[in-house]
Amino acid sequence: MEPTDRIKAQLMDADDLRRTLDRMARQIVELVDPDDDPAETFALIGMQTRGVYLARRLRDRIQSVEGLDIPVGTLDATMYRDDVHLRAQQPVVRATRIPFDISGRHLVLVDDVVYTGRTVRAALDALMDMGRPASVRFLVIVDRGHRELPIAADIVGRKVPTLPGEMVRVRLDEVDGREGVWLVEAERTEEASSSRT
Amino acid sequence: MATPVDSAEPPTLSSLQHRHLLDLSTYSADEIQLILATAREFRSVLDRRIRRVPTLQGVTVANMFFEPSTRTKLSFGLASGRLSAETVSFSKSGSSVKKGETLKDTAQNIEAMKVDMVVIRHSSPGAPHFLSRCTNSVIINAGDGAHAHPTQALLDILTMSEHFDAFEGLNVSIVGDITHSRVARSNINGLTALGANVTLCGPKTMMPVGIEAMGVRVTHRLDEALEGCDVAMALRIQLERQDEGLFPSLREYHTRFGITRDHLTRHPDLLIMHPGPVNRGVELESEVVDHERAIILSQVTNGVAVRMAVLYLLAPGSRTEHAGRTG
Repeated sequence: MEPTDRIKAQLMDADDLRRTLDRMARQIVELVDPDDDPAETFALIGMQTRGVYLARRLRDRIQSVEGLDIPVGTLDATMYRDDVHLRAQQPVVRATRIPFDISGRHLVLVDDVVYTGRTVRAALDALMDMGRPASVRFLVIVDRGHRELPIAADIVGRKVPTLPGEMVRVRLDEVDGREGVWLVEAERTEEASSSRT
Repeated sequence: MATPVDSAEPPTLSSLQHRHLLDLSTYSADEIQLILATAREFRSVLDRRIRRVPTLQGVTVANMFFEPSTRTKLSFGLASGRLSAETVSFSKSGSSVKKGETLKDTAQNIEAMKVDMVVIRHSSPGAPHFLSRCTNSVIINAGDGAHAHPTQALLDILTMSEHFDAFEGLNVSIVGDITHSRVARSNINGLTALGANVTLCGPKTMMPVGIEAMGVRVTHRLDEALEGCDVAMALRIQLERQDEGLFPSLREYHTRFGITRDHLTRHPDLLIMHPGPVNRGVELESEVVDHERAIILSQVTNGVAVRMAVLYLLAPGSRTEHAGRTG
């Protein structure tokens, strides 16, 4: 959690998360055309930061259960955000590593939480600048509602009704050292750090 | 060659502590690392099918060059264009400008034009600092007299980082006219902050007295400067300085301080850099310029990436409006 978070409820524990990912892995496999070699025609794109680890976990599950090799790329959509002029300081640009041509491929964009839909919009713009995918689908662990754009997830872990002041925190062992999903009351931290000289 | 660090390790800092980029001497190692990490991501944009991102849409950048410049101006222009910022340019030769007064007028004009960021090159040291005190725009120093040229040093450091894992213990020698070089000063600031060992080498007439106080080693013998050296950075000799009696002739300068094919043979791991434009046969033997261990052209490409990173990280957002929701 962030230091200013007040936990309101735990939405998923490690077992819930594991079962959700197992189910999502099967749903992804159903999207793969059995006549195609997914190594050449399919890919998962993990969105920074936690989507990257979720995409890798899904790839490993698909590999071990179905024996299919699906490539994974990493995407940071910061450069495509629409709120640069609204922020006191610019967010860190994290790595984008897509070591294959996305043109003609079926992509599944993987993220932890969908809220306004603006990050997905930015990610779609970024992908379109890199090539012309055959299709893009969207997978998310938690859909917390309050969309500001006409964007819907194709594969959803859980839909959770939330209030605007609340946040959903997905925490993963690889980054956070703990596993699960929590609903928290978050303090605004955006304006807290405008002490530049 | 080392590849850029993979996703998981973000820089330790999440934002710069400065509003302007006037001089690297006030920037911490963490801030420099944040700029380098950001520049690596923008560098990869330059290799894509579409080499343009919409990041700074709605931001206006004024390029104000009071001193002749080709490549720095072009590089900043490309950087802001690739970020989709709007750019206005202004050039004026230094000689006709009555500095203090005109600069203040300029500042007032910038205010009136509602420009967000100003990139300034000026022959007077401190001109960018002056501007930063009398306007609300973000100021980026593109070279002020012999004082500082921070984006050049950052692009040099980024280029080095593509070849070495760490700066701690890296040996860099800067060879040439140190006295008149803002490139040398900014590189000394940046490299020593990151833990590199810097050696300066040049004729006594071109070596400022007491420069050791910046934490560097000084030698007047090229062989000594190249011994155990990882990167040699040759500085451009301004040909007009021939008449000032700082060195007897270009030929003699080349004999004593020019880096040759022979040096590359004797130092099989030595990399050669130069801020450009090179006087072939003076600072560097012509063959050295074209050698595979001369990384001068990657410096040029990295220049655009570093300037994109600096423009991005310093881009002013609203300090009063409510931040938008994300996700």
